[in-house]
Amino acid sequence: MTNHSDKAPAERVALFVTCLVDLYRPSVGLATVELLERAGYQIDVPTGQTCCGQPAWNSGDNRRAGILARQTMDALAGYDHVVVPSGSCASTLIHGYPQLFADTPEDLIRAEALAARTWELTRFLVEVAGLDDLDAGLSGSACYHDACAGLRELGIKQQPRQLLAQVDGLELREMADTEACCGFGGTFCVKYPEISSRLVSDKASAIEQTGADTVIAGDLGCLMNIAGHLTRQGSAVRAYHIAEVLADRTDHPAIGEGED
Amino acid sequence: MQSTTREFPLKARQALEDEQLRQALDKARDGFVGKRQTAIDNFPDFDSLRHRGKAIKDHTLAFLDVYLEQFEAAVEAAGGQVHWAESAIDAQRIVTDICRQAKAGRVTKAKTMAGEEVALNEALEAAGFEAVETDLGEYIIQLAKEPPSHIIAPAVHKTRQQICELFDKHHHDGRLGAALREVPDLVNEARERLREKFLTADVGITGANFLVAESGSIALVTNEGNADLTHTLPRVHIAIAGIEKLVPTLDDAASMLRLLARSATGQDTSTYTTFVTGPKRGDDPDGPEAFHVVLLDNGRSRMLGNRYREMLRCIRCGACMNHCPVYGAIGGHAYGWVYPGPMGSVLTPLFTGLDGSRDLPNACTLNGRCASVCPVEIPLPDLLRDLRRQQFERGLTGRNTRLGLAVWGFFARRPWLYHTCARFGIAALGRLGRRKGRFRWLPLARGWTATRDMPSPQRSTFQQLWKQRQKEQRR
Repeated sequence: MTNHSDKAPAERVALFVTCLVDLYRPSVGLATVELLERAGYQIDVPTGQTCCGQPAWNSGDNRRAGILARQTMDALAGYDHVVVPSGSCASTLIHGYPQLFADTPEDLIRAEALAARTWELTRFLVEVAGLDDLDAGLSGSACYHDACAGLRELGIKQQPRQLLAQVDGLELREMADTEACCGFGGTFCVKYPEISSRLVSDKASAIEQTGADTVIAGDLGCLMNIAGHLTRQGSAVRAYHIAEVLADRTDHPAIGEGED
Repeated sequence: MQSTTREFPLKARQALEDEQLRQALDKARDGFVGKRQTAIDNFPDFDSLRHRGKAIKDHTLAFLDVYLEQFEAAVEAAGGQVHWAESAIDAQRIVTDICRQAKAGRVTKAKTMAGEEVALNEALEAAGFEAVETDLGEYIIQLAKEPPSHIIAPAVHKTRQQICELFDKHHHDGRLGAALREVPDLVNEARERLREKFLTADVGITGANFLVAESGSIALVTNEGNADLTHTLPRVHIAIAGIEKLVPTLDDAASMLRLLARSATGQDTSTYTTFVTGPKRGDDPDGPEAFHVVLLDNGRSRMLGNRYREMLRCIRCGACMNHCPVYGAIGGHAYGWVYPGPMGSVLTPLFTGLDGSRDLPNACTLNGRCASVCPVEIPLPDLLRDLRRQQFERGLTGRNTRLGLAVWGFFARRPWLYHTCARFGIAALGRLGRRKGRFRWLPLARGWTATRDMPSPQRSTFQQLWKQRQKEQRR
């Protein structure tokens, strides 16, 4: 077992849970905590966190983005690592903040320090924690959607596949054009709903064509978009965040699935 | 060209409903993306070439004044003439004046995006000249009286069926009906029609893919050879190009050509690559008597002084639009001006004004695929985001967006209030959505729920569950 628990003291990890996981799918946060604890880290969830500020940053509202970025930097100061179960939010911390504060040196120093300690979950598990003793099973077949920010801004491609390959009973299938955007794009999906619908419809077709019964991704925004389209179409494909699958938390309803 | 960018939302919706357009775009995308990938996989180290391309352009732009003067001197030494066009109107006037002095009647044109940018065809026709497009795609859309929808494949939005109907109407007075014909058949028919125009034109107008400072040459690439017939057969050759097309040396041009052909069409090299230096020399068997280069500014020098300088590296290959999911869904016409897709969404606001093109920087998911394929590493999503910043600062951001940001920001910057309200809100929403697990309708969320369900939250926030967990562990 690759584990840091025999080392003392354990390194402290701050979980930046992201607003979507906090509000919509806390099971992803709990799964993330379990995975990190399993890897031997001491986890803390700073209460000063809300949203990383990405909606403001991507809307050109840099003043408001700056306020939230400073609040987030305050909340996450002093930990050995910061782990985020989202490529998109992690990228805002890693690439967004240093750009946002390019002209304010005192903030920039802190932003760069935070960027150097911040990790997207799957990359952290593979490249830092070296977690290789997952105790997870999911019988059936699944395809993994490469969410854009993680893929292109953080180089998340092999890490999730490497981890999913360790899940007992799971057959991983690649969908056509897996690197194509699902059409979520934050506020894009409500500003241009018709275009967004076309993109998610193409994505859902690619998923259905693999014949897989589950779609997995590392970003809740994309997953809500994809799952929302799939359930509206009456599809039987279920959607889970990768943390839930890796922590063996797929016994509860999938995203958009009811208790009935 | 008149911008219709204000109508973007309407035009995008219409495009999404156009089944023929969808067929044409799907086919084009599959071709462009696959061929580019194969060409790049076959190249030993494409990323190094991209770095080199970026470095060449950055260097040239840093010393643009020096290279422009060197280019002008070299063109003159080769017997040509350089004209400086500060605006679109200047460019129109310069070109029509040259045509008038040449006592021209018919003008042939090879594809030029700078020409589209300054509405050259309209200006030539208004001045009484017959302007004939000779690139097959441009010829098709000239018949259809439409603007180009792609910078290297101007008629990419047309299906073969639509082209057959267009040729039937213009070449056969509708006698062929709507019969579907083979591609070589259509190409030969256009070729026959154009041959006569090539042979009888007085002036030939081309663009330039690159301008070479050390030799005063222009580089032209085509797959049809039409640019060569356009510049060698008439008495006068006019090349029009933006000032950013400059590279210092022929070696540099060679590097850029390798990037261009692979990124644009997935070819190792274009079928025809020509360097043109000056007019016909004494012992040349053919070529024009006069050679003019019109260097177009039209807002470019303004970009040199700010972060949009990076956009001036653009070599107009079209890879960004070929890989853009939004372009792939709506095509080029919805963008409303000369340059569509990601590069157009940056250039159109800069060239035609931020106010008239509010949608373009926003109609993007920031997925980053454009930047990852750009041969000169332009950070297109960052530039689009920066245009959004300018819009926000100038009050051009939509009211709903600003209101939404204000309300969200009010809570998000007050963690205690945020977590408390979230707890109650999520508990209520979670209870409502528990059985079905999703909502088919939610207030204020029509944009989402019109075509997809909104998954229901899980009834507690993570912060709540985390606190419970901490308490239990302490016990």
